[in-house]
Amino acid sequence: MTEIAHGTVIVQSGEAVLPRWWRTVDRVTLGCILALFAIGILLGFASSPPLAERNGHDPFHYVIRQAAFGGMALSVMVFVSMLSPTTVRRMGVLGFFAAVAAVALLPVFGTDYGQGAVRWYSLGFASLQPSEFLKPVFVVFTAWMVAASQEIGGPPGKSVSLFVAVMIVGFLAMQPDFGQAALIVFAWSVIYFVAGAPMMILFVVLGLVGLGGVVAYNNSEHFARRIDGFLSAEIDPNTQLAYATDAIREGGLFGAGLGEGSVKWTLPDAHTDFIIAVAAEEYGLVLVLIIIALYAGIAMRSFFRLMRERDPFIRLAGTGLVSLLTLQAFINMAVAVRLLPAKGMTLPFVSYGGSSLIATGIAVGMLLCFTRTRPQGDIGDFLLNRHGRT
Amino acid sequence: MSLRTPLRPLARILDARQKGENPDAIERENRRLRHEAERDKLRVRAESRLLLVAVCFLAAFCTVGYRMAALATSEPVEPRVASGSGDTILNTRADIIDRHGRVLATNFATNALYAHPHEIIDARAAADGLAEIFPDMDADALHRRFTSEARFIWLRRYISPEQEQQVHDLGEPGLLFGPREMRLYPNGSVASHILGGAGFGQEAVNAAEVVGVAGIEAQFDSDLRDPARDGPLQLSLDLTVQAAVEEVLAGGMALMNARGAAAVLMDADTGEIVALASLPDFDPNARPRPLTEGDQADSPLFNRALQGVYELGSVFKTFTVAQALDEGLVDLSTMVDTTGPLRMAGFAIRDFHSYGPEQSVTDVFVHSSNIGTARLARMIGAERQRAFLDRLGLLEPTGVELVEAGAARPLTPSRWGELSTMTISYGHGVSTSPVHLAAAYATIANGGTRVTPTLLRRDAPVLGERVISEETSARMRELLRAVVTDGTASFGEVEGYSVGGKTGSAELPRPQGGYFEDRNINTFASVFPSDDPEYVLVVTLYEPAETSGPEPRRTAGWTSVPVAAEMIRRVAPLLGLRPEIEQPPVSPLSSSSN
Repeated sequence: MTEIAHGTVIVQSGEAVLPRWWRTVDRVTLGCILALFAIGILLGFASSPPLAERNGHDPFHYVIRQAAFGGMALSVMVFVSMLSPTTVRRMGVLGFFAAVAAVALLPVFGTDYGQGAVRWYSLGFASLQPSEFLKPVFVVFTAWMVAASQEIGGPPGKSVSLFVAVMIVGFLAMQPDFGQAALIVFAWSVIYFVAGAPMMILFVVLGLVGLGGVVAYNNSEHFARRIDGFLSAEIDPNTQLAYATDAIREGGLFGAGLGEGSVKWTLPDAHTDFIIAVAAEEYGLVLVLIIIALYAGIAMRSFFRLMRERDPFIRLAGTGLVSLLTLQAFINMAVAVRLLPAKGMTLPFVSYGGSSLIATGIAVGMLLCFTRTRPQGDIGDFLLNRHGRT
Repeated sequence: MSLRTPLRPLARILDARQKGENPDAIERENRRLRHEAERDKLRVRAESRLLLVAVCFLAAFCTVGYRMAALATSEPVEPRVASGSGDTILNTRADIIDRHGRVLATNFATNALYAHPHEIIDARAAADGLAEIFPDMDADALHRRFTSEARFIWLRRYISPEQEQQVHDLGEPGLLFGPREMRLYPNGSVASHILGGAGFGQEAVNAAEVVGVAGIEAQFDSDLRDPARDGPLQLSLDLTVQAAVEEVLAGGMALMNARGAAAVLMDADTGEIVALASLPDFDPNARPRPLTEGDQADSPLFNRALQGVYELGSVFKTFTVAQALDEGLVDLSTMVDTTGPLRMAGFAIRDFHSYGPEQSVTDVFVHSSNIGTARLARMIGAERQRAFLDRLGLLEPTGVELVEAGAARPLTPSRWGELSTMTISYGHGVSTSPVHLAAAYATIANGGTRVTPTLLRRDAPVLGERVISEETSARMRELLRAVVTDGTASFGEVEGYSVGGKTGSAELPRPQGGYFEDRNINTFASVFPSDDPEYVLVVTLYEPAETSGPEPRRTAGWTSVPVAAEMIRRVAPLLGLRPEIEQPPVSPLSSSSN
């Protein structure tokens, strides 16, 4: 059952892989990604020397590592984006089972690196956080299941994916890693929403969350204190949040100047969770707005491409991937400006971190693969045609 | 919306069969069409939902960008934590002032001292330095705590400014101060039982609640803490008078070798308590702990004037005589049989001195005859006596605005029979506090209207219910005056102030039953000036013994009366009462030289 459609791009058979890739890939998104990665390296020069010094490495030890991992991540990204969506789906589903197994076996073989939460496998030269890799392949799996469920006589994919999501959230909560668990829940919800969840459920869930929040606020002193602390204008000046706020304020519009920042000396997570504070202090609001614009650009570009996508699986998988990436970036920056309560989450492509970088590379590679220009029926014409026929 | 097309429309199937075609192809085709239609529907829906998601993300990024911009362009502010002042919680508790506006309780900005051991640079020096500043701290114990895993240690709930400076001078960054509001009673132990005291309620690093724990501070706690409250709490007390009363009382207590003492000075018309003292007392700035064993009445926290309910003895005769006069049973010259002992149900009532077989009502009162008073009570009867004492407020808690007042309920006999009536007539059988007594005397002496005692300033007299007639009240004032001029309270004479009063020397009951012979509660309930009483003063000494004579004297006339007289001598001018002394003619020369 081949869909005959008037393609926006004329398919030329026998075209070489690379030129075809370059012609069909979303070059704007690709450019944004590369820009973010470059900014990450630039900020690494500023933020990581104090850490390197503390750990007894060369000043630019972490920058070099970041560049190496980044190179790997970009290669993986380009490679994945060259695959066909079907191949991505197949590999994604296989990878999903592997990742679930890896997460499930963490309590047995994992390490906690003295941080209280068992999230990593130690590979000797590097550490691997399987939940980072789980996120993109989970999206592929969920999109596959949900899209299949839309076929007449298809499997009950929504229930299956919900069950799997709940199970994974259970594993993540056991580590405990509530940030990743929240991302998984969010990714599933967005996919379900775009796949046509009844609006009623949306309102009921929103209502329940609101009600639950009010009930918890009134009944749990601990919860109320957390919320009050988050809402109150005053913060303890010795917390990471306060340092981040000071750094942003210190930076002003154009920054304190290269290497002039001080936050990297006081913030233990300056190179990961609070990299945006380093950016704000040394380069000012200008760079921060550029970073925000890059993420927003990626998101908008991808969403508008996906809106025109006819294949349900590609549409859903792409939505899940871009939502994950954007939400993670949003949470990271929102924490720094106290829009959200503190939650450790890296800034994709910018923050330091090997497995996170490569996992993000895979995710964006998939996204680029899904948003490549393919023959699409122009929706208006297509529908007109269809209605005329029935 | 069109109806759903069936997958196998019968007409077409039959048609196809007739033509020999495979009818399954029709189903396949229909199924495909339905699938396409479904997909299109989903796609249109997905398009709008994707747009919605995209808009949400865009809005979220705009918010972050806006916050970043707002933060980047904002002015840096000094963090308002762990510094000394400016915290909003400070000075929210209202002050307490006396009737002339002098401060009785106020707030004092101070600091609590705590330590962050992980920020301490030299634990040894810090521990030694602190032990030097605070002698009760142990340097070694501190050092152990400073080098432990703890991340937060409370050291002091509040410290003085001098101590704060000394801690600053240690120069140790791990020793930190949390702002505190501390309740301060600048007059020390003066009026301690009224003020009660305050302590810390909920405590956080940067603030602590100040909570009243006793006395007026506890009674009006929520009111004093109410941020909407306007102005201080004004009491009826007069600070200078209170101080003078306490000083004289302490001197009298020492001189009379008493175990404790109480005094109540009340405005006879309004019921305002101008001074209320109970000894021993305490300093509300450092309130002692309650006793964990023994009688709470021995604690300095115990307010004898309010909480000490005892049988007060002959001071009650005033009420018996007043009732007999008011009900017209007798007049002042009616002769009463005073032959003793008066036997009743195996109980004998005796007089201290016998003044003959028959005496006038005046003499019964002035010479404090138990027998004569008992006979008057018999004429009144139990029911009416009880009703009269109730109208005087002697059978209920006083209603004074102290938390302790509610529990200070007078003790009355379970069966108020004829014998009880007779013993109550001279002050045995009903136990009341000195505040009760003062209020009842004010009622008797002020013209006969009921007085309710209060600690809050009243600007005008509150005219209570009438208890006895003006006429009876006037007679009673004469009788009270006569007790001082001719009777048991002759030491109570204060030149120029025409003191009237009644003594009461009651033996303390033994816990096992019966009474101690050498342990008295001696009370002098007085009014001054007696022709138009402005004030009532009740002075009670607990277990006094006046030892200037060959034998210790334990009657009120020898103990409480001189103390009360000295008190009146001291406070009457402070209260603005002009002594009625015949002025020697003043020569124009000397008056102009003033």
